[in-house]
Amino acid sequence: MTDRPTSKEPNRRPPIAIVAVAVIAVAVLALPLVGLLQRTPWSSLGTTLGETATLEALRVSVVVSLLAAAVSVVLGLPLAWVLARLSFRGRALVRAVVLLPMVLPPVVGGIALFFALGRKGLVGRALHNWFGVDTLIGTTPGAVIAAAFVSMPFFVITAEAGLRQLDPRLESAASTLGAGRWTVLRRITLPLLAPSLAAGATLSWARALGEFGATITFAGNHPGRTRTLPLAIAQANEAGQPEAAIAMSVLLIGVSLLILIGLRHRWIAPRAPQQQSSPESSPS
Amino acid sequence: MTVYAAASLSEAFEDLAAEYEAANPDVDVKLNFAGSARLAAQISAGARADVFASANGATMSRVVAEGRTAAPPALFARNRLALVVPIDNPGNVTELEDLADDSLVLAVCAPEVPCGALAQAVLADAGIEADADTEETSVRAVLTKVTLGEADAGLVYATDVAAGGDKVAAVPLGPQIRFNDYPVAAVSDRAVAADFVDFVVGPDGQRILWSHGFDSP
Repeated sequence: MTDRPTSKEPNRRPPIAIVAVAVIAVAVLALPLVGLLQRTPWSSLGTTLGETATLEALRVSVVVSLLAAAVSVVLGLPLAWVLARLSFRGRALVRAVVLLPMVLPPVVGGIALFFALGRKGLVGRALHNWFGVDTLIGTTPGAVIAAAFVSMPFFVITAEAGLRQLDPRLESAASTLGAGRWTVLRRITLPLLAPSLAAGATLSWARALGEFGATITFAGNHPGRTRTLPLAIAQANEAGQPEAAIAMSVLLIGVSLLILIGLRHRWIAPRAPQQQSSPESSPS
Repeated sequence: MTVYAAASLSEAFEDLAAEYEAANPDVDVKLNFAGSARLAAQISAGARADVFASANGATMSRVVAEGRTAAPPALFARNRLALVVPIDNPGNVTELEDLADDSLVLAVCAPEVPCGALAQAVLADAGIEADADTEETSVRAVLTKVTLGEADAGLVYATDVAAGGDKVAAVPLGPQIRFNDYPVAAVSDRAVAADFVDFVVGPDGQRILWSHGFDSP
């Protein structure tokens, strides 16, 4: 090995031990998918996926996950701004609470939602008395709330990171030039932030699409209203219909993969470390 | 030894296991409770269970058809359908016919789960079109929703009423109501598995099951 200060790698042979472990890691993550695909009844896939119950679950999944992502953006963007721009006592605690659903078992979230929004819950009683909401069990709004609970942190964390990477000089330059607060937000902050917002929204949508535990615990399992693909998959699997479960799983994996591939420039492949971290992470 | 048992058997099998362990100090019984359908799917997929106790014959027969049982199943318990409501009965449910009311929040088991199949049959018998708000995958999930007061009514097993404690009340459905007969089978060919099945079917096992509200088949 030489110490020549060139751009060439000092050792072109890849470190075998690291590559070997990386291969094992890929195997751990990919083998279950390969196993599933190898058992997929491709010839009858179309028939299974064309069944009314499957299409219904797909429709519920799409509606619930999109609404949950919308809720995540509408509520999560101001929250991300507060976390990134305001310093106040207890900010670390607020952030921890906001991110908690990412590590919490979703079923815990579902149970907790009961005690907040259920009929006898803290807020649920008010919902009942003031708005006449009788129950969220078996309703699409209930499923959206459950999905938003687990997926909003993914938006908040992405949007907050985007806000922190913004060069504050751009915003202060604009306001020095006479732009009002809203104009700065509309013309400078949000456009610069757009890639992060898109990534965060897509990520929270993907999480909502795969949501299971909080949904079945809090919103129950009602065909056409709360029975999303994950719920339908679990039910088919337990009902001794593995073919239907596999077919719907392949459908869900396909959709999720498309989302993640679409995101690869934003979130999946962070910039190489030797590039000086630029203030804006948007691809040039 | 690992015993997979239907969720509705939870308390009874905890007692059964304790008594069996007391009589066989060298055996450690591990219990796994879930909806019968989930347990059947796990056993069919190769889970290392020694004994499987299912809440109905149809679910057991799936495991038998997969060739996963070591001996033919034996019936060991009978459980009737029950209608439970929260103790303050907010939906004012007094008979099965009240379940036709759509404004009622009703929790049932999914039709794939034994308690769901039983509930479906009972409702069909009575000619009641009930729109359930949620179809749970285990009878205990139905019970929980009623216990929490989140559902106005739930269809469970007679034996689950006691598990609901003082938070639920049962609405009488009459002695002619349908029942499920529970089969148990050894899954592994270990001697202790067959011995445990004999214990469950035998007089000591039956006495414990009666004490939890089960009948003999």
